[in-house]
Amino acid sequence: MAKVKGAIVVDIEKCKGCSVCIPACPQEVILLAKEVNGKGYQYAYMEKPDACTGCVNCAIVCPDGVITVYRTKVEA
Amino acid sequence: MDIKDIIKPENIVYQKTKLFTEKPLSYCPGCGHGTAHRMLLEVLEEMNIQDKTVGIAPVGCSVLAYEFLDIDMQQAAHGRAPAVATAVKRLMPDKFVFTYQGDGDLAAIGTAETIHACNRGENFTMIFINNGIYGMTGGQMAPTTLPGMRASTCPFGRDTEIMGNPLKITELLAQLPGVYYVTRQAVHTPNAVRKTKKALRIAFENQKLKKGISFVEIVSNCNSGWKMTPNQSNKWMEDNMFPFYPLGDIKVPQLEKV
Repeated sequence: MAKVKGAIVVDIEKCKGCSVCIPACPQEVILLAKEVNGKGYQYAYMEKPDACTGCVNCAIVCPDGVITVYRTKVEA
Repeated sequence: MDIKDIIKPENIVYQKTKLFTEKPLSYCPGCGHGTAHRMLLEVLEEMNIQDKTVGIAPVGCSVLAYEFLDIDMQQAAHGRAPAVATAVKRLMPDKFVFTYQGDGDLAAIGTAETIHACNRGENFTMIFINNGIYGMTGGQMAPTTLPGMRASTCPFGRDTEIMGNPLKITELLAQLPGVYYVTRQAVHTPNAVRKTKKALRIAFENQKLKKGISFVEIVSNCNSGWKMTPNQSNKWMEDNMFPFYPLGDIKVPQLEKV
């Protein structure tokens, strides 16, 4: 069965660290980074990249639209 | 599989719509305005009407909406967006016109314009962001502030004996014959956002059919005004705002005929 793998790319400088994406992720992939961006906000990043399925939920609730989602099928 | 193999242009399944300008949104972290803007633009993009849409920006946090939305915009005086939209729609009937207003703008100073534009049955779409507070000016009490809810001008909670009752303007407008479609949505979870997008799509499709006002209320948070973190304010909104402002369709044309 083909497995779906996903990944997100966060526009770090536009992320405001509101953390709305964190509970939206069913796989609990996203966390806030310890580092801050140019504005002083902790930005979102993929803590568990292997678990991401590219379900788009995080990108859809992101108020600033900083998340781009990629998804591909992997032949197991 | 390496992440670099997944992150390729051909694998993109979701990205910010091109109809946003490059400017970063001026809203507070976690504010629902950004999501509401994005859903609106996605609907315009899907319908391919971005070149013939005129938006009316209000006074409030979203006063700078014309800076972020890469479509034709006009900014109206406080509360007068429905009046401006009436003029735009009557002079250019082929354009798609929408107003984007907050609760202080639509339900307080603009009540007369709102009610009369709805009663005349003008043919445009109204988007109403309800967060129960005046966000931009410092979190003062709005007509939609809940009983007992704290704001900077009612620091001990809204006392309905002195300050009156909250105004359910959406239910009020649903009774007017000129209003074709009324719904109430939210943008705090992925599901709610998808439903909001569907509602906005219906609202613009109704405008194509020249049916009258389509009114979409979006219950949103104001984490700065409510003095909470974004996720706390979303939870508070579910627990307190939704019992008073229940989500769902309030006036649907198909049901009306039955």
